[in-house]
Amino acid sequence: MDRLDARVPQISPRRPFRDTAATFGALAWSGFRRYLTYRQATIAGSFTNTVFGFLRCYVLLAVAAGAVGGRPGGYDAAQLTTFVWVGQGLLSVVALWGWTELADRIRSGDVTADLLRPVHPVISYLAPDLGRALHALLFRFVPPLVAGFVFFDPYVPGRPFTVPLFAVSVLLAVIGSMGVRFLVNATAYWLHDARGPIVLWTLAAGLLAGLYFPLRFLPDWLAVTLWVATPFPGFLQTPLDVLVERDSTPVQAGLVGLQACWAVVLLALCALVQRRAERRLVAQGG
Amino acid sequence: MAELRAYAALLGGQWRSMMAYRASFVVEMITNIGGTALDVLAVLVIFRATPTIAGFTLPEAVLMVSLSSCAFNLADFVVGNIDRLTSYVRTGMLDTVLIRPLGALGQLVFMDLPLRKALRLALAVVVLVVALGLNDIDWTPARVTLAFVVPVAGAVFFAAIFVLSASLAFWWVDSGQLGNAFTYGGRDFTSYPVPVYAGWFRAVFAYGLGFAFVSYQPALALLGRADPLGLPGWTGYVSPLVALAVAGIAALVWRSGIRHYRSTGS
Repeated sequence: MDRLDARVPQISPRRPFRDTAATFGALAWSGFRRYLTYRQATIAGSFTNTVFGFLRCYVLLAVAAGAVGGRPGGYDAAQLTTFVWVGQGLLSVVALWGWTELADRIRSGDVTADLLRPVHPVISYLAPDLGRALHALLFRFVPPLVAGFVFFDPYVPGRPFTVPLFAVSVLLAVIGSMGVRFLVNATAYWLHDARGPIVLWTLAAGLLAGLYFPLRFLPDWLAVTLWVATPFPGFLQTPLDVLVERDSTPVQAGLVGLQACWAVVLLALCALVQRRAERRLVAQGG
Repeated sequence: MAELRAYAALLGGQWRSMMAYRASFVVEMITNIGGTALDVLAVLVIFRATPTIAGFTLPEAVLMVSLSSCAFNLADFVVGNIDRLTSYVRTGMLDTVLIRPLGALGQLVFMDLPLRKALRLALAVVVLVVALGLNDIDWTPARVTLAFVVPVAGAVFFAAIFVLSASLAFWWVDSGQLGNAFTYGGRDFTSYPVPVYAGWFRAVFAYGLGFAFVSYQPALALLGRADPLGLPGWTGYVSPLVALAVAGIAALVWRSGIRHYRSTGS
């Protein structure tokens, strides 16, 4: 050994993915534990989701009652009920709103510390976000669902593979939403203040993901365009359509496939933007 | 006079800080118009799926959503940012506000008056004028007065709700999104005719909290329609009284909240 060896010793050389998996797991677990500490906010958030569940459910039921044939957008009243209440639960799992952490860290300059870590920045945000989503699935998803079952008459899926497919769809929705949130926040590398893009995202996400009304209420050509050309329907509409069995089995699977394509594209975009941003980054006051 | 100058200074400081990030400001302003457009768009899309909702037609529904939207946006423009109170209480920033020789509520309003929401309000007014034109209204002096008074009364009502839900933070620091259920929830509730809702939920929101008097009852009075739920016609004209009552409660709660406030003690 005449030269210094600067390599980091490998944790278990025979299982090369072990360290990666361990890091990812630890990051995800940290995200989960972090949200576990916000107990009161969890209760407050669930209450609000439930109130909005009532509001949206009554409106859509009134639409179903007034519609010719009683099936607006191809849903019956029970399917619309499930759509609303599961949607209210999913809202916090997918976390469409209120994530400005990366933008704040860019503005304050803290983001330079992220770049020093031996984990890719996109991974270091994705992993805790999955932990957060797991927490939301346990504590935020359930209360609106229970309220829906107690006060209304929701549709229960009948096909055996619907629920597993729904689970996959939710996972893809979380990854996709994290990807877009990362991209929106990353505009702060160029704009310094990402408030505008974040507000734009908040608005577009609610509308185009199918939160305010099911996208099937739109003209067909518009709905299809949204599905193919934007990732938004994948955040809520797709998982919900899968769960309420709005379409035949091949269409269900196809929609989830489309979601998967968008998740890959978004993660790739995140990595690309991150690479460009690192060249651009000027640490403020660092 | 000195007080006015202090408020003007707060506003000026805010203007300068906004102009520092001009691109973001412009994007935000445009999106904010989108916010109002969206309320109306949602109603239009819903009516694509059905000809009537709870017996009301599209023009009638647009009248209700525009009354609600005017009231909400005016309130949101003036006091909407009060919902940041939770973070002010948590970080102890409220101490800074309280040691200044100005009213706490006024300062919080002027420290963050969202100028970017101004265009949104303008759009809401335009939609209201269109909605009034779309409906076949038998104009009487009383109805003309009502059309002017209702958005303002509704704004007072929503402003009181904003202050009330923000005041929660004095007793429950982590109340977080809870207030949204009544502010944004109230906006959504008032966007549709009350008969859409049912059971105890309708009783609580419409009459218990008084949201029926923001847009539904006044719209019925403007249209000259009888209330399918059986309330007499004059209830359309009481919305200013309801608004004042809620504003009174909000003022009391805010005062006792400020008195109750103990700093975070760091």
